[in-house]
Amino acid sequence: MALQQGFADPVHDAQGVFRAALEGLSRPALIRSLPTKVAPPPPLTPELAALALALADADTPLWLDPPLAASEAVAAFLRFHTGAPLVSNPAEAVFAIIADPQNAPDFAAFAQGTPDYPDHSTTLILALGHLESGTGHAFSGPGIKGVARLDAAPVPADWQERLGTNHAGFPLGIDLILTAPGRIAGLPRSTRLLQPAEV
Amino acid sequence: MYVAVKGGEAAIDNAHRLLAQARRGDPAVPELDVAQIREQMGLLVDRVMTEGSLYDPDLAALALKQARGDVVEAVFLVRAYRTTLPRFGAALPVETGAMAVARRISATFKDMPGGQVLGPTFDYTHRLIDFALAAGGDPEPAAEAEPDSDAGQCPRVTDILGAAGLLETSPPEDGAPVGDLTREPVDYPADRALRLQALARGDEGFVLALGYSTQRGYGRTHPFVGEIRFGKVGIEFVPEELGFPVPLGAAALTECQMVNQFHGSGAVPPQFTRGYGLVFGQSERKAMAMALVDRSLRAAELGEAIVSPAQDQEFVLAHCDSLQATGFVEHLKLPHYVDFQAELELVRRLRAEHAALHEKVETPIREAAE
Amino acid sequence: MALAGAATLAELRDAMAAACLAEEAQDLRAPETGLVMTRGRIGGDGRAFNLGEATVTRAAVRLPSGETGFAYHLGRDRPKARLAAILDAHWQAPERRAAVEAALSGIVARREQEAQAHARRTAATRVNFFTLVRGED
Repeated sequence: MALQQGFADPVHDAQGVFRAALEGLSRPALIRSLPTKVAPPPPLTPELAALALALADADTPLWLDPPLAASEAVAAFLRFHTGAPLVSNPAEAVFAIIADPQNAPDFAAFAQGTPDYPDHSTTLILALGHLESGTGHAFSGPGIKGVARLDAAPVPADWQERLGTNHAGFPLGIDLILTAPGRIAGLPRSTRLLQPAEV
Repeated sequence: MYVAVKGGEAAIDNAHRLLAQARRGDPAVPELDVAQIREQMGLLVDRVMTEGSLYDPDLAALALKQARGDVVEAVFLVRAYRTTLPRFGAALPVETGAMAVARRISATFKDMPGGQVLGPTFDYTHRLIDFALAAGGDPEPAAEAEPDSDAGQCPRVTDILGAAGLLETSPPEDGAPVGDLTREPVDYPADRALRLQALARGDEGFVLALGYSTQRGYGRTHPFVGEIRFGKVGIEFVPEELGFPVPLGAAALTECQMVNQFHGSGAVPPQFTRGYGLVFGQSERKAMAMALVDRSLRAAELGEAIVSPAQDQEFVLAHCDSLQATGFVEHLKLPHYVDFQAELELVRRLRAEHAALHEKVETPIREAAE
Repeated sequence: MALAGAATLAELRDAMAAACLAEEAQDLRAPETGLVMTRGRIGGDGRAFNLGEATVTRAAVRLPSGETGFAYHLGRDRPKARLAAILDAHWQAPERRAAVEAALSGIVARREQEAQAHARRTAATRVNFFTLVRGED
């Protein structure tokens, strides 16, 4: 088994990635840097791998999208380094790792939480090619002073509709962590996508 | 009025230094070694492991040394330590039928395969202080005997009785997720698995008193000890990356099967029902008490009236944890100056109002009373 | 792997030396202490429930010759876990398997001896009932 190494310094590397994810979700649509030296088997990107290693453990089932699930090396890497069970039903996942965001399943397929425990929902971690703040869609909500703009690509064709539906279900819904090479941004369910007329 | 106060830092530091000295005691007396505690205070170590909910004899022994022998404080230390560690996952359920038995007795069946094996027990001792122990010295070596051919094959007594249909069977494995109260808050009603987890880590004194209360009539369950066994059991774990069971080693456990008379209900014919206890180490009293309370908490399931504390799962589960209990009780000694100031002002105002009211009506009432 | 868990660190060091095995290995996962939730079954044979956690230490290594080895055992002994993983990796190589097993045979013998002594001491406390009076007479 040719297993790739995980974090070189497990404690501090995991803390750094956790901090980036925490700040990403508390200041939505604002980009943070996410430097990582993890070299996972493709199509798992270094950012997806770093987040999985920092966030997942035996108590957090992972769902992998079809391109990732097709790779035995990716499954072995994640199993070894996180100990997380891999599940085929997205509604059972605490984290969904998505390498092909354009074809991501509808958000409703994932766990939405319950009125008593809205936190029992899936957090989606997406690997994008392009992530830029200051341009693109406008967002508002907790953690955003006024309006923040975030341009993300590639995304599903019905991206705006999905974000709108997800926000409308608050406090239920999914949270999104978006990554691009060296970057991370968060779009939690509390963040509202603004229509052009609102800006 | 809110007054922020600060201070006491030097006093706290010095109090902790004094604690360290008090812990050490008279320096003329040799210091206790952790291994000595582990080996010679074994039952205390077992209790800390059980209530600390962490199997690690060396760690429990160290916690006891640090806590100056205070069980609840040692439990606190062990519980705090475990929060610093990642969890790799859950082990496969232990197979207590395959236990390397060091003790195994039944109060209901005299002759059973594998026999009645007393092992190291206080039972049948005279409870006379042994002053010879004060002088120290090696004990007489343990007796040895050739094991019988059936030794080591000790089927659970409940399996024997169960085969005749007189005893209810255990609730079958249904593959449902196993609730974990250290991960999710307890919702009531809690299922039996969750109740057993709470009882296993519950305070021995509290669980013992509840078990005792059922015997005295507060939710009577007519119990008999079907079997108590103590010994080492292999623990197996399936690491996610390997996908096959890996033996982690053996842990000492005590298991108690309580058998209870049951008159039957509309749905269930008369039969014996069961209560179950399982704890770390040799903790027989705790395992028995746990089995009694497990059975009494099944009142709703078995159609029994819930009239006593030991049958009330919210009462039992919410109060059985020694750490939670001590945290809430002991927090009262922390500074409450501001809260109390507010109460003081309230009571003064109420007294003033009370006095004003009575001044008006006091005279006629007094006259009437006289 | 079971054997290495029951062995002491000194015994594993002796086994490595006896089998002339190199300790050189790359850490796939540095030795790490964590928790495993132990479980019982309701009634001994029914539905599972969580009994309490146990400390467990694990390690994973790769030898220069390519074999990987794992170790998982109760307790907090990290050097022992790493050594056990190295022994496990050597055992994976068919040409070294016999040497590893031979080197561990002393541990097997010690464990066997201890188990027998335990069984003999336990057997001495087994109750042999004899009937005094039969009630129905």
